Amino acid sequence: MDSFLQQLINGLTLGSIYGLIAIGYTMVFGIIGMVNFAHGDVFMLSAFIALIIFMILTQILHLGSLPLAFVVVMIAAMALTSLWNWAIERLAYRPLRGSFRLAPLISAIGMSIFLENFVQVVQGPRNKPAPQLPNHVFNLTGGAYDVTLSVRQILIMIVTVVLLAAFWYLVQHTSLGRAQRACEQDRRMAALLGIDVDATISITFVIGAALAAVAGVMFMIYYGVVNFYDGFVPGVKAFTAAVLGGIGSLPGAVLGGLLIGLIEVFWSSYFSTDYKDVAAFMILAITLIFMPSGILGRPEVEKV
Amino acid sequence: MTAAPQTTPLASADESTASQLVPALRTAFVSALVAFGLSFPIISYHAESNINNELILIGRWPLSFGIAALVFAFVFLRQMANSDWRIWFDRFGSIAAGGMGGALVQAAREGEGVAPPSRARLAFGRWFGPFMLGLVIVFPLITLGLLGPAGSLKWINNYGVQIMIYVMLGWGLNIVVGLAGLLDLGYVAFYAVGAYSYALLSTTFGLSFWLCLPLAGFLAAMWGVILGFPVLRLRGDYLAIVTLAFGEIVRLVLINWVDLTNGYAGISGIPHVTFFGIPFSDDDNGFAAIFHIPFSPIYRTIFLFYLILALALLTNFVTLRLRRLPIGRAWEALREDEIACRSLGINTTTTKLTAFALGAMFGGFAGSFFSVRQGFVSPESFTFIESATILAIVVLGGMGSQLGVAIAAAVMIGVPELMRELDWLKAIFGEGFDPTQYRMLLFGAAMVIMMIWKPRGLVSTRMPSVFLKERRAVAGDLVKEGHG
Repeated sequence: MDSFLQQLINGLTLGSIYGLIAIGYTMVFGIIGMVNFAHGDVFMLSAFIALIIFMILTQILHLGSLPLAFVVVMIAAMALTSLWNWAIERLAYRPLRGSFRLAPLISAIGMSIFLENFVQVVQGPRNKPAPQLPNHVFNLTGGAYDVTLSVRQILIMIVTVVLLAAFWYLVQHTSLGRAQRACEQDRRMAALLGIDVDATISITFVIGAALAAVAGVMFMIYYGVVNFYDGFVPGVKAFTAAVLGGIGSLPGAVLGGLLIGLIEVFWSSYFSTDYKDVAAFMILAITLIFMPSGILGRPEVEKV
Repeated sequence: MTAAPQTTPLASADESTASQLVPALRTAFVSALVAFGLSFPIISYHAESNINNELILIGRWPLSFGIAALVFAFVFLRQMANSDWRIWFDRFGSIAAGGMGGALVQAAREGEGVAPPSRARLAFGRWFGPFMLGLVIVFPLITLGLLGPAGSLKWINNYGVQIMIYVMLGWGLNIVVGLAGLLDLGYVAFYAVGAYSYALLSTTFGLSFWLCLPLAGFLAAMWGVILGFPVLRLRGDYLAIVTLAFGEIVRLVLINWVDLTNGYAGISGIPHVTFFGIPFSDDDNGFAAIFHIPFSPIYRTIFLFYLILALALLTNFVTLRLRRLPIGRAWEALREDEIACRSLGINTTTTKLTAFALGAMFGGFAGSFFSVRQGFVSPESFTFIESATILAIVVLGGMGSQLGVAIAAAVMIGVPELMRELDWLKAIFGEGFDPTQYRMLLFGAAMVIMMIWKPRGLVSTRMPSVFLKERRAVAGDLVKEGHG
């Protein structure tokens, strides 16, 4: 039971990170019907940006207060990652809008390869140990087998919940969110009604990148190490989460993220860690084959 | 970088130049600012571990200022350029990409349906393929004659054999993606099945390559059916992602099933290729001794080259013949419109499964060639990047065009390989400069640029397999494929 509770906490933490990345996939797919293959690498890039900004703050500017540094790192990483994703969309995806369907996917795969190797070239291939932050650990049971909950885990879950609430408000209750949902339903009609479709799509990419940046900061804090190839597998898992929850659905992406996080953690603890990635890929394949619309998604109606 | 090209009339050049200056400067400045913002933390600072294993930052500000300045200059010049430079870029690009003279400039226009095919173009189209084939056949002999056994080894092995493997893989995947329109991102799984089949069968049971080759193809085809069966209902992006997942699962199983595959360490000591039973060794009964020629490792390489060439040509031949059979026509019909296909009574299940199986079979052949060439296989050779490379070759080649795929394979594999030869750049950029580390970076960038420049690939026109009166190329824009 203790072990179960511990794995539950770990799984929810991991699932929060996946959920944040999954939102980027699900929104882009919802609005332009494209799998943004480079999103996992944008997430990896944001972890690097966060790491370097944190080091600038502590080593060059000698900032003493850690909470302040954390807030600055978070905001800067969100802003710079958004700029990156904006530029990626502008350069690699926008010229291909209206082209045949595979073109954006291939372009995104190329972008993914480019980003991975770009980070490898400019920052080197070795693991980067992230600076160790003080981490208070609460003991929840005090029994023989301790169930612990660390400050980092609390932080990750709180930030996820707060951001999701803010983001939910943005999509459901602002004119920007309305424009986004309109573009999702019918891009041409939205354009005819005076919505700037290009700008709306850009903003979608920006929001997706900002949430991926939050996940990147969390990832760096939680695992304490970043590497240039850290984007691919979390990216595929987050995509799995988006598909499992129902692609195009925001609550679905978070639900899917939590489920994938829990499945991964429980699989590792009760079966074997060797095959935990296989489990994630199997879930992806099984969901797409038997339940393509996911848990909360709308079934796709094919027009002839 | 950000603005659309100006299309001002050529007349009144002075006036338009003056009025362009301010907005061009503004756009260039904004672009440079964006470039600087992009490069700010990730290029301006390099995080490096020092001796105590602590991360320290090393400033590289001049680099990011340089990038911003370059972007400024590029965008400014592009804004100020009077004529619509894109046309010239397109024309120059089609010459450079085809590499074979001005005929392709015309081809590009014909592809858009602007100009009728000229006689030169027709002759070019007829003779280009056979000419290239002849060139490829004599390639090892020419390099051998020019550079001698020691000097030519690298060229035949790193360029000839390597490119031919990808031509073969490209042609194999072309059946699935180009003809049947099924986007497969896990093709490397079948390559891996072929490679491990030969490796395991030869090291465990001592079977010869010629016996293992059909077996490997058969096993890969079986896997093609097994993996193809669950994905019959999927299309487009979803199909791509599921096949990607299958490809990764196969790789992860190869890594984790240590009893069978030896995990990360891989399988070594795989028997090398023999000349129909005669080993390429310096023994008395070796190839060199029997044919009374001095021993050299080049003979094995040349034999491997012709072997993979024969396998690739087999793939090409089978594909071309199948296109004329009902099954090939069903594939192409399926690619164009699955719903129409079904309503006309084509069995889409068997059509898709045969495409998967045949594509996988050729992947399996290529895989078993790979392991006989290397003598060693490990899961590292079968990563997602390989699948993406092969798919990129097929898409850049024009999805369905055999010649386009071959050209794309030569460009996508040959050019990054040529980067290894650029050691002289060290003289310019200093000793620490290593051109090879930019290979994959440029590869990814090339994929993006090619998609923007020619989303339908190098050879975008399509020759119909069936026609009413005369055979006429179908312009790329009229082809609807890629959604099935």
